[in-house]
Amino acid sequence: MQSLPCSKLYSKITARKALFIFLCLVTLVILVPVSASFGSVHLEVNDVFHAIIARIFPFSGVKSSELASVIVWRLRLRWVTMAMVTGAGLAICGAVMQGALRNPLVSPFTVGVSSGATLGASLAIILGISFVGSGRYFIVANAFVFSMITSLLIIGFGRLRGTTPEAFILVGIALTYTFSAITSFLQYCAEEGDLMAVAHWIFGSVMRASWEDIILVSAIMLVCLPFLMKYCWDLNAMAFGGDEVAVSLGVNPARVRTASMILVALITASITSFTGIIGFVGLVAPHIARLVIGGDHRFLLPCSSVIGAIMVVTANVIGRSIMPPAVLPVGIVMSSIGGPFFLYLLLKKRRRYWE
Amino acid sequence: MKLEIRGVNFSYDSRPVLEDVTMSVDEGNVVSLVGPNGSGKTTLLKCINKILKPKKGVVLVEEKDVREMKLKELAKLLGYVPQISVSSFPSTVFDTVLLGRRPYINWSVSPKDREIASQTLALMGIEDLALRHLNELSGGERQKVIIARALAQEPQVILLDEPTSNLDIKHQLEVLGIIRSVVKKKRIAALIAIHDLNLASRFSDKIILLHKGKIYDAGEPAKVLTQENIRIVYGVEVEINNSGTPYIIPLTPVN
Repeated sequence: MQSLPCSKLYSKITARKALFIFLCLVTLVILVPVSASFGSVHLEVNDVFHAIIARIFPFSGVKSSELASVIVWRLRLRWVTMAMVTGAGLAICGAVMQGALRNPLVSPFTVGVSSGATLGASLAIILGISFVGSGRYFIVANAFVFSMITSLLIIGFGRLRGTTPEAFILVGIALTYTFSAITSFLQYCAEEGDLMAVAHWIFGSVMRASWEDIILVSAIMLVCLPFLMKYCWDLNAMAFGGDEVAVSLGVNPARVRTASMILVALITASITSFTGIIGFVGLVAPHIARLVIGGDHRFLLPCSSVIGAIMVVTANVIGRSIMPPAVLPVGIVMSSIGGPFFLYLLLKKRRRYWE
Repeated sequence: MKLEIRGVNFSYDSRPVLEDVTMSVDEGNVVSLVGPNGSGKTTLLKCINKILKPKKGVVLVEEKDVREMKLKELAKLLGYVPQISVSSFPSTVFDTVLLGRRPYINWSVSPKDREIASQTLALMGIEDLALRHLNELSGGERQKVIIARALAQEPQVILLDEPTSNLDIKHQLEVLGIIRSVVKKKRIAALIAIHDLNLASRFSDKIILLHKGKIYDAGEPAKVLTQENIRIVYGVEVEINNSGTPYIIPLTPVN
């Protein structure tokens, strides 16, 4: 068959999208040792690099100082890794949610995770009630359980009202307000110390998670992601054509929407339980990706994840460097820099970005 | 028989919309569904492609009961052009048409899928728009893209819901002309819900006149589009100019 020009052009554009994702990935890989070199004790990028290599390949002959090794492995690399996992996870979930609900304004937290997690954490901190009796998972487990309860309620009620995007968004708003009211009541009655602890938890930080926690969160993500990727074409049909067109293209929108929201809830809840509320990245990373490579979810999901990871890693290193040894919460840094940057992108783009 | 509908009933809650609709569309035929607002045209199309589930009756596409087919299987036989196209996210023309290949694609786009998408664009005469974004196009161009998407499914039957309602007269003629020639050339079938009786008369092999959810009359345009039928179903007094295909001139509404 003779190849028509626009078919060739399509291949070229596809290759260009893949190249952009690859370049973002290279940026992220470079960013890891660089961001681990910043902090109250300055390390050269070389030191960081040696410390990483010496630990991963003990027989490579690369030597690293004890101090560098401790700083890199116990602290900074752990933070950076959690930042990557957090950014990548929330960004993918945001892209999936925006497609599944055909709405550019939703984020991973639209499934109710933020209000659920905050309620869970508040209960644990203020009343000392948790699903896990004690130990370091006291707050985390409660935040996770309440996130999932909220999400499943939203998904369940949404299904009762026809499994449409509007149903999920409105039910989500109703439940979010209800749960927030309970949280506010708890905070209203709380002592000052507990209130501070809750506020601190809500600010969101990638520095609390241990290596074991990171492995746990990554494992949950790695199990869920292939399923989300499997839905890419279905999400394309739903996002670009709407539900009825999706049906006519062989997609069951109700099923895809429900399943993808459950997966999003799992990933978002597991991240949020360890980090607190980190907003912005889940909403904006998919938009930045969409501005550059377009809306095809096969490329949008990977691209959003890498951009999300870059955003959170960058926000973490800036937060650690502005006024050491104090650390600014990653959410504050990201929103204050990312907000104006995103505004700039929106205004610069001549074409109308959505209708 | 490409499409056959037997005794289909549908109601929204308890309000009946379709009552005992029985009809068929033959290979190589363009059939128009006409009737006033609320007569059940759109509902009938949606009952065929399983967007809605009929309360009673059977829909057969290529002799196969649609209830026993998976959505993906059905999507290889049935293309659909909706009345209103919703889109919140930017998508290029080529990506949109490629979506029509979704029933055949598991993950990666094969060269064959790309070829079919390009050929369909060429067929619609919009190859040069391939990389443009949908929201930059005019209504007529956009409608051609949506039709191209349905044709890229390589369907045996194509359902169109008011394909000309937002188009200027040139695009109206172009769009219906292309549909008719594709149907004839590929020996498929088209069922078109349409308001414009003159376009229906000119481009259809058969017309089905719906009245309050029932088929009031069906057959060749000259048989169905009569002064009496239109007075009863639409409540409009018309004059009909019968030179080849009937040409309808609306005069006054009757009470």
